Amino acid sequence: MFDFSIVSSWIHNLLTGVMPEFWAIFLECLAIGIGILLFYAVLAIILIYMERKVCGFFQCRIGPDRVGKFGIFQLFADVIKMLIKEIISLKNSDKFLYALAPFIVIIASILAFSTIQINKGMEIIDFNVGIVFYMAATSLGVLGILLAGWSSNSKFTMISAMRSGAQIISYELSVGLSLLTVVVFTGTLQFSEIIQSQADGWLIFKGHIPVWIAFIIYLIAGNAETNRGPFDLPEAESELTAGYHTEYSGMHFGFFYLSEYLNLFIVAAIAATVFLGGWMPLHISGLDGFNAIMDYIPGFIWFFGKAFFVVFLLMWIRWTFPRLRIDQLLKLEWKILVPIGLFNLALMILVVVFKLHF
Amino acid sequence: MDITFQNVVFLIVAIFITVFSVLTVTTNKIMRSATYLLFVLFGTAAIYFLLGYTFLGAVQIMVYAGGIIILYVFSILLTNSDENINTGIKRGKILPGLISALAGAGIIFFIIFTHNFMPSASANILQEVDMKTIGFTLVGGGKHQYILPFEVLGVLLLACIIGGVLIARKR
Repeated sequence: MFDFSIVSSWIHNLLTGVMPEFWAIFLECLAIGIGILLFYAVLAIILIYMERKVCGFFQCRIGPDRVGKFGIFQLFADVIKMLIKEIISLKNSDKFLYALAPFIVIIASILAFSTIQINKGMEIIDFNVGIVFYMAATSLGVLGILLAGWSSNSKFTMISAMRSGAQIISYELSVGLSLLTVVVFTGTLQFSEIIQSQADGWLIFKGHIPVWIAFIIYLIAGNAETNRGPFDLPEAESELTAGYHTEYSGMHFGFFYLSEYLNLFIVAAIAATVFLGGWMPLHISGLDGFNAIMDYIPGFIWFFGKAFFVVFLLMWIRWTFPRLRIDQLLKLEWKILVPIGLFNLALMILVVVFKLHF
Repeated sequence: MDITFQNVVFLIVAIFITVFSVLTVTTNKIMRSATYLLFVLFGTAAIYFLLGYTFLGAVQIMVYAGGIIILYVFSILLTNSDENINTGIKRGKILPGLISALAGAGIIFFIIFTHNFMPSASANILQEVDMKTIGFTLVGGGKHQYILPFEVLGVLLLACIIGGVLIARKR
């Protein structure tokens, strides 16, 4: 199994050899920051292209196909268009908060993004309270959306922001409950240890019924948290023009757009990490030969395979189901998902106490 | 005292907190005030992270930034409070305000300069507080463990939830 910490410790030793530790750590932080931003942008381009193609196929269309073979350069053209657009400012609005809102959204998204572990030894933020930190980082984005809706000084954006706020705050509860179920099972909040504990089988196999329920709840609630799929009330085009980012132009709009797709990827990646084992290859206890063969496939291929599989599931949901009404949306959360989540947590505790798992 | 990486970061965070604390009370737009308060809470969380108490830092962001501030913003949006706040202080309130501010500053400085701070065993080394330690301390019944406050807080929260349901129910 390829361990990335060999590379990172080699770089660290090389840097501390030529300069004091202070500057070495500073330079490493800078390099990691630039790396995250680059990776973030590249992933966003891949995801938007994937969304447009998947959406096209679900609607019996072809999707983008003019710029480059299969339209693969369409998104680069879109990015350049967005970068050179003018950023407008509005009359009679709070200009400071109007300019600040997209940055809050994207910073929250990047913070959550940096908790994801791509390969063995390739972790950026790996606190022993990893899951709590992830929940904290994702709960910030809603504030940016509320500020964007309020400071745009328009009733469409305002309605959208209120809807989005109610939706995200409600569905955060279900995300928390389903992740808590896994924490009860693994006994740790740290992402690297959660992945390590799946070395003899992914949680979805080890934890059977309670983990399946938690996985389904997580997918539904995660989809709602990213304002997508059947839960895209805040961006309901037919009612609210474009939702809370109606009044934004240029790269400020681009930030909202980027963070929407990256939040989709983050939800999928956390689902892949927590339920499907992250970079851990498919191991079946007892079959040592099979496990050894699986170890030859590097961790990041496993991780991206699982993450994009979950992304595809979420896109499938998005382009299949019609949009919910706001009362149906809140009823689904508070009267159906939360009771099931609480019951599931109790069930998981019973399973762990009586050792009914594999 | 030589300057370490931690000291530099602490200085930056401290200046950040001070600036935004002052801005929170001096701005005359209520929405901006809430946003500056958010930054102050971020700074506090950053100090917890700096101390290695990542659990409290994450909880600070989740509860205050992700919960309380959003409630503030919601209530600002739902009530008609768009107008600027009147920041002028009435003549009769200047003297009492000044006295209480000076007294507060005096008490804080007195405590800071007379308190004997215990030097940490692992100064300058960022060491995370283990999650298991926090958990066992919080719900343990022995000496230096806090089961009673924890349970009392649980009862308080339950009372709040029941009160909320009672206010919100249909009559």
